Amino acid sequence: MNLFDIIGPVMIGPSSSHTAGACRLGLLAAAILGQEPVRADILLHGSFARTYRGHGTDRALAAGLMGWAPDDLRIPQALSLAKEEGRDFVFRPGDLGSMVHPNTACFQLTGADGRECRVIGSSIGGGQVKVTSIDGFAVELTGVLPALLIPHRDEPGVIALVSSILALHQVNIASMRVFRDNKGGLATMVLECDEGVPDNVVHQLETLDPVHSVRFVDRVV
Amino acid sequence: MRLDKLSWAAFVREAEAKGSDLFEFLLARAAGELETDKASVLARLSAMLKVMEESVAYGLTGVPSNSGLTGGNAQKMAQAFPRKENERFMRLLGPLASDAVLYATAVTECNAAMGRICAAPTAGASGIVPGVLLALRKHEDLSRTKLVEGLLVAGVIGEVIADRATLAGATGGCQAECGSGAAMAAGAAVYLLGGDGHQIDAAISIVFKNVLGLVCDPVAGLVEVPCIKRNAGGTVQALLAAEMALLGVTSFIPADEAIDAMERVGRSLPHGLRETAEGGMATTPTAQAWAKKYFAR
Repeated sequence: MNLFDIIGPVMIGPSSSHTAGACRLGLLAAAILGQEPVRADILLHGSFARTYRGHGTDRALAAGLMGWAPDDLRIPQALSLAKEEGRDFVFRPGDLGSMVHPNTACFQLTGADGRECRVIGSSIGGGQVKVTSIDGFAVELTGVLPALLIPHRDEPGVIALVSSILALHQVNIASMRVFRDNKGGLATMVLECDEGVPDNVVHQLETLDPVHSVRFVDRVV
Repeated sequence: MRLDKLSWAAFVREAEAKGSDLFEFLLARAAGELETDKASVLARLSAMLKVMEESVAYGLTGVPSNSGLTGGNAQKMAQAFPRKENERFMRLLGPLASDAVLYATAVTECNAAMGRICAAPTAGASGIVPGVLLALRKHEDLSRTKLVEGLLVAGVIGEVIADRATLAGATGGCQAECGSGAAMAAGAAVYLLGGDGHQIDAAISIVFKNVLGLVCDPVAGLVEVPCIKRNAGGTVQALLAAEMALLGVTSFIPADEAIDAMERVGRSLPHGLRETAEGGMATTPTAQAWAKKYFAR
């Protein structure tokens, strides 16, 4: 933690996990969709489900989905402003099971172009967040650094192919993890980078044979 | 990777060894850590101080909390202070401490009402540092520049606590949140009134002696009851520790070790007393009756 993790962040109250963290989770979910959603069905789990009204968790999640920062003074009015903008955001308390972090939301998002995405993420304390699933695939994404999500066929050499293309374009990898269900099946690479990844690099990665798709998710505030 | 934990005693020692002023040493360290220059660090701290002032102003308007459980006490106290018949009561704490209590209440009521705050060290304990700093400014005629320096000292103390222990109520109970806020504010107060690094060390230790074991037991899990009163109380703990340290009282236990003790106590607190709303004030009949109605809404 640095000085401004202690004296800060500036945020709309009342809770760093249930309000500021919820806003960052909304921002990260929208970044994964690649746009601000026009429709969102959001299931709230655990403590989020119990206390979301008192903590303004629903308003903070909506604010994040609309691209607002955790210190945006409009957060208390986020639900009515979303409605005015014609966005259809629905919040439902639910249960994702006892193994899931108590401050978790499951987003079913639809963009203006019809693109859909399902994101599960948790607010893990102090405003920090972690997305653990995208469209049913296990991942781990914090939004602290720009990241590449690459579902691919699990076979030797894919990681080398991807990292060599990034090296060629001077993109430095800060961290990397691979998630897979079974050997030789579908796996997902999550690469956190020190800088944003340009579109042409994303397209080049998409042309690799074992790669199913490439999603670039920028860092969130 | 750094193996040694941050240490307040080490900071004081290093500054003395270099023959450097403690504040200049801490500022240079922060600038290095943040990969920026000293002026930018001070400018950013000044912006945080401005947010704190705005939070006080908003809290003093008497806004109710989002849940309706709390709000309006800062306004009530501000209106009661100048009344002749209350003069006697105001001597209980004295004007500086009364204002610290008032400002801390205002900030935490602002927080509960979804106003904007600076989480220093956390949202739940955001009232103590501004409470003490802004009361000191009013009564000690301190410049804004000086106040920003105090905020840096508070922040560095918070960094040491975060590194050696925790600032999260869910991990260490309220001693980790309001206790840490009070230790930060106490150190800043000692600095602002001319105390040295050793006196700051004593003040930090005295605060933890007095808050060790404080549990986190929010009614219905909301950052309201007892959090707002605990922020008010935290300012008085901070001023008590600062006054004793400035008068030359030392603390037998060094600050670093007092922080380590807080960490151990936090770990041994039962789950129900670490922000789960399953113990303490949260399980009183009054709290449970209110929570039942609130969750049925």
